[in-house]
Amino acid sequence: MSGFLSQLLNGLQYGLLLFLIASGLTLIFGVLGIINLAHGSLFMIGAYLAFLVTKATGSLWFALPVGIGAGLVIGAVLERVLFRYFYDREHLDQVLVTFALILIFEEMRSLVVGNDFYSVPVPAALDFSIPITAGFSYAAYRFFVIGACLVLAAALITWIERTNMGAVIRAAAEKPEMVDILGLDARRVHLTVFAVGTALAVTAGGLAAPLTSVYPNMGDGMLIISFVVVVIGGLGSVSGAFFAALLIGLIDTLGKAYGQAFAGSGLGNIIAACASMAVYILMVIVLLFRPAGLFGRRA
Amino acid sequence: MISSQTAPLIETKNLHTYYDDSHILRGVSIVLKPGETLGLMGRNGMGKTTLIRTIMGLVRPRSGTVHVGGRDMTREAAFRIAQQGISYVPEGRGIFASLSVRENLAISGRAGIDGATTWTLPLILELFPRLAERLANRGDQLSGGEQQMLAIGRALMSNPRVLILDEATEGLAPLIRDEIWKTVRLVRDAGIATLLVDKTVSEVTAIADRVVILVKGEVAFEGSPAALKADPAILHRHLGV
Ligand SMILES: Nc1ncnc2c1ncn2[C@@H]1O[C@H](COP(=O)(O)OP(=O)(O)O)[C@@H](O)[C@H]1O
Ligand SMILES: [Mg+2]
Repeated sequence: MSGFLSQLLNGLQYGLLLFLIASGLTLIFGVLGIINLAHGSLFMIGAYLAFLVTKATGSLWFALPVGIGAGLVIGAVLERVLFRYFYDREHLDQVLVTFALILIFEEMRSLVVGNDFYSVPVPAALDFSIPITAGFSYAAYRFFVIGACLVLAAALITWIERTNMGAVIRAAAEKPEMVDILGLDARRVHLTVFAVGTALAVTAGGLAAPLTSVYPNMGDGMLIISFVVVVIGGLGSVSGAFFAALLIGLIDTLGKAYGQAFAGSGLGNIIAACASMAVYILMVIVLLFRPAGLFGRRA
Repeated sequence: MISSQTAPLIETKNLHTYYDDSHILRGVSIVLKPGETLGLMGRNGMGKTTLIRTIMGLVRPRSGTVHVGGRDMTREAAFRIAQQGISYVPEGRGIFASLSVRENLAISGRAGIDGATTWTLPLILELFPRLAERLANRGDQLSGGEQQMLAIGRALMSNPRVLILDEATEGLAPLIRDEIWKTVRLVRDAGIATLLVDKTVSEVTAIADRVVILVKGEVAFEGSPAALKADPAILHRHLGV
């Protein structure tokens, strides 16, 4: 029972981290029309940044705000000097340039910090476990990650769904030409969306660093699973991405934790394999029957 | 240098616009003066929408110029032209389906280029009481007539100097049409210059100060509504009435 509770919390925490990455991916796709393959690299950059800042200052507490600020700056610069010129280009060009960015970012990572694995210490203040039941306690830092992600998710969704700027962002995703016709400067919207999306991925990397340690290409897996979230949530939908991320986080974590129990017999091996692929199977089913996503508002 | 007070709000000179190889506008020159209502007529496919899209910077002319309030705005970005106080309600209305009625209106709310703040949310809702009941609804939950009111309301929220209406009454029930025409008169009486594209000859000739008829991308007639009504041959040949 306590094992299950622990997996449930792990799934929740993983899903919320996924949301931070997938929400930026889906926003950037919805508003800018670009599928940013380098979005996973931003997660990687966030994790390495957390490692470097923690090493220099001795605490993750400095690394997290630095990550948010650096993410905004990196995103704004990328939009200004690069992505802006690719909005009207063909998808192939966009894929190529964002793929090139992955290679560039990994090469830079290799030059600056090398190819070793590093662990990042949990901040001392959170280096303990919180007892939940008599025989089960859960890491305080993981609770902190859950809380931080929830705060960021609430802020993001409020911004998108409740503010005037958010309305302009949704309008730009739906009818970009009409936004121009109304005299609204879409370039400001593009810059803001890209900067915020980037900052979220970088922040996710910083939050994840103490949990996963940091290592080369760590963004690749996150990118792929984030795409699953974006597809299931409905391309461009931030609130859809939220529910999809939680769903994927739980299914993936529980599937991997309990699927193995079936392994051994022939049928059991198949069940175990399916359980570990459950999210991808779900994505295929969604693409077949609800291509607009499970949580997309309409086709 | 023409003073911006007396300069035409919109002036096109010898516009030639193409879609790929098709030559759509063939030297169109029109003028819209402050406070004036200009009716733009012509059968389907004659280039009325293309002319508006060229004025708005949504399509680039191959040659010719567009001046707004005396400033050369040819090849400027569409949003900059709109910011010169030009509000365009396109065919199909361009309502944001995923935004609420309130958001659709609020999104373009701003003071006019002259600082005017006449058109506010309460005034728009007074003008279109139906919208007041639907504020929390999504754009795609409105009827066609309500969407048209929302599109016009949204255009007015930016306190424009010029309102451009492209087929605003097309496909609407007679009662709703009447409401739109009432609004067009009110806008005219408020001193906003209007470029009115519509096929309802009786209404356009009743409201407009001047009428321009486009035929195959060229100005085939320009004159007062009285002159147009006095010439049944033109009405018949170019408008099919
Ligand atoms: N995007 C486009 N691409 C190619 N041709 C177009 C496009 N839009 C309009 N046309 C053509 O341009 C001509 C003028 O169209 P339009 O300006 O929409 O006329 P109107 O508004 O007077 O009905 C028509 O022959 C139409 O088929
Ligand atoms: Mg038309």
